[in-house]
Amino acid sequence: MKNETASNNTIIQLEEAKKIYNVGSQDVNALNGVSVSFKRGSFWAIMGPSGSGKSTMMNILGCLDRLTEGHYLLEGQDVGGLDDDSLSEFRLRHLGFIFQSFNLIPQLTVLRNIELPLYYLGWDQKQSEARAGELAASVGLEGRLNHKPTELSGGQMQRVAIARALANDPQIILADEPTGNLDTATGKQIMELIAELNRQGRTIIMVTHESHIAAYAKNKLHMIDGVIEMMEE
Amino acid sequence: MKQNFIRDIQIGIENLLLHKLRSFLTMLGVVFGVGSVVAMLSVGEGASKDALDQIRKVGSNNIIIKSVKSVEEESTTTPDRRPSLSVYGITYSDFERMTTTFETVSRAVPVKEIRKDGRLGSKSMELRVVGTTPEWFDLVKRDVLAGRIMVSSDLTNHAPAVVLTEYGARRLLATRGSIGQNLSIGGNSFKVIGIVKSEGEEGSDIQLPDQEVDAYIPIDLAKVLYGDSSVKFSGGGIEITSVELHQAIVEVNDINNVEITANAIKAMLERFHTKKDYEISVPLALLRQAEATKRTFNIVLGSIAGISLLVGGIGIMNIMLASVTERTREIGIRRAIGAKRKQIITQFLIETVVLSTIGGIVGIGVGIFIPTLITLAAGMPTVVTATSIMLPLCISVGIGIIFGLYPAARAAEVDPIIALRHE
Repeated sequence: MKNETASNNTIIQLEEAKKIYNVGSQDVNALNGVSVSFKRGSFWAIMGPSGSGKSTMMNILGCLDRLTEGHYLLEGQDVGGLDDDSLSEFRLRHLGFIFQSFNLIPQLTVLRNIELPLYYLGWDQKQSEARAGELAASVGLEGRLNHKPTELSGGQMQRVAIARALANDPQIILADEPTGNLDTATGKQIMELIAELNRQGRTIIMVTHESHIAAYAKNKLHMIDGVIEMMEE
Repeated sequence: MKQNFIRDIQIGIENLLLHKLRSFLTMLGVVFGVGSVVAMLSVGEGASKDALDQIRKVGSNNIIIKSVKSVEEESTTTPDRRPSLSVYGITYSDFERMTTTFETVSRAVPVKEIRKDGRLGSKSMELRVVGTTPEWFDLVKRDVLAGRIMVSSDLTNHAPAVVLTEYGARRLLATRGSIGQNLSIGGNSFKVIGIVKSEGEEGSDIQLPDQEVDAYIPIDLAKVLYGDSSVKFSGGGIEITSVELHQAIVEVNDINNVEITANAIKAMLERFHTKKDYEISVPLALLRQAEATKRTFNIVLGSIAGISLLVGGIGIMNIMLASVTERTREIGIRRAIGAKRKQIITQFLIETVVLSTIGGIVGIGVGIFIPTLITLAAGMPTVVTATSIMLPLCISVGIGIIFGLYPAARAAEVDPIIALRHE
């Protein structure tokens, strides 16, 4: 990682990013001209009150939504012009998601949930089962592979979600309030796991409104009314 | 990107098994739809097969020319007491011309009908006797139940031989032991040489050549012994009818020539007869007609049953739409992870097609079982053909695709951002 060139060192770059929603007859500027770049291997916490635009920011960064104006460069590529299939492909190959409400598929077992990205990547079933098993072990879920998510505790469910986010070996992990539904002790364990992913060299972007969670991040970005209020690098 | 199709189907089945009762109930619509299509088609097929078999027994290469009293003749029959004389029908020379003029005619048999009192042993009754040639037994193939059929030497020897039909034998109470006995027909003695099987049931639409015939004798003897005229006393008046031949059955060498030959015979008869005292019937034409009727019958029955299949399809669509709504969050998760729209479509489509195909297969089982019951209970003939199985199976797969497309498309349109917020 250290030998990379300066241009290759930036993994995410937003230029004058604007997202305007049409609510009734009124336009809402959820993002109102955001320019920021994140370095490869960095760990960012995006903070701000509700309605500050941090969720919109996550959707844009996660290639789930498109900018109204401005540019979003991911791994040097402007994803603004990509069609729906290409955005799906981008998510599949480069991104891992961790959500506040875990977002596991309830009818699938732990193994099948972790396997999901590999299924869409077209992996062979044997290989993907083996990899899912390894990932489950790495987050401390040995012996739970055939359980359904409903049989797990919140912390265990978030571990499954993390294992799933890692299945496609993404460079970027987007975490949206990853400890929001967990008690303090469990939240701490989960944050240590996420911090470990950052130590492995993955770029982490995390939305949170709790400062003790944000403290795990190396950099902080405060948003308000769709603009960046303050950056701590 | 390689996708393992078998695995997709496996996942689809796993998903359907999560809601066993719901999947089963949804499937029932298709089961009954397909079942009724198969059952209806088999009943239709069975009913028409009966009619077709009857026609085939007459012989599809044959043309039958019958003598009939012409319409004018009928009206001029006066109700007074003077004897009325009517002469009509096919003549010996007509028959001669039919056999010699047309190249397409391979052979022909004359039929001369005589109604005379017959007596076998102590049993006596009026018989319908047919004077014909041994070729009759080639054209109207019937199993020999006892003795033998007429042969050409019977004709050349002017042997007074008689072949009984099963029908005639039953009326005369003749048995196997009656072979060699004397049967008196109108006072002339004939030797019983054999009994042949009778075909055709009472009340059948198709007139078979041997219907209600009691016995066959050589035509030359019939001519010599009984002549062409018959006298009938009715209402105090005397009716004399003179008919040379009552029927001629003509066999055509090739099935493709049947129609031309029938037309040629018609033209020839028109030239030699001033009145229309004959009737030409072509079993092949009847066969074609019966086949056309069968097709219509099948289409009508199939369509009625098809409606229930349609209802089944709508049921599937309804449930799948509900399932898509219920699984909005799952779809959102899959899309966020990187599933493309068409992969979501495939996933839901596979579930619908699996549902409708399994329903179709079970339905075929039901559809084969119902006709068997009908045959057992009502004695109605039913025939399950390959088409009546393959067609509904293909339709049920098609139903799955057609009625699955819309719910699948709806699933693919799910916006992951909204879906993930969905609780």
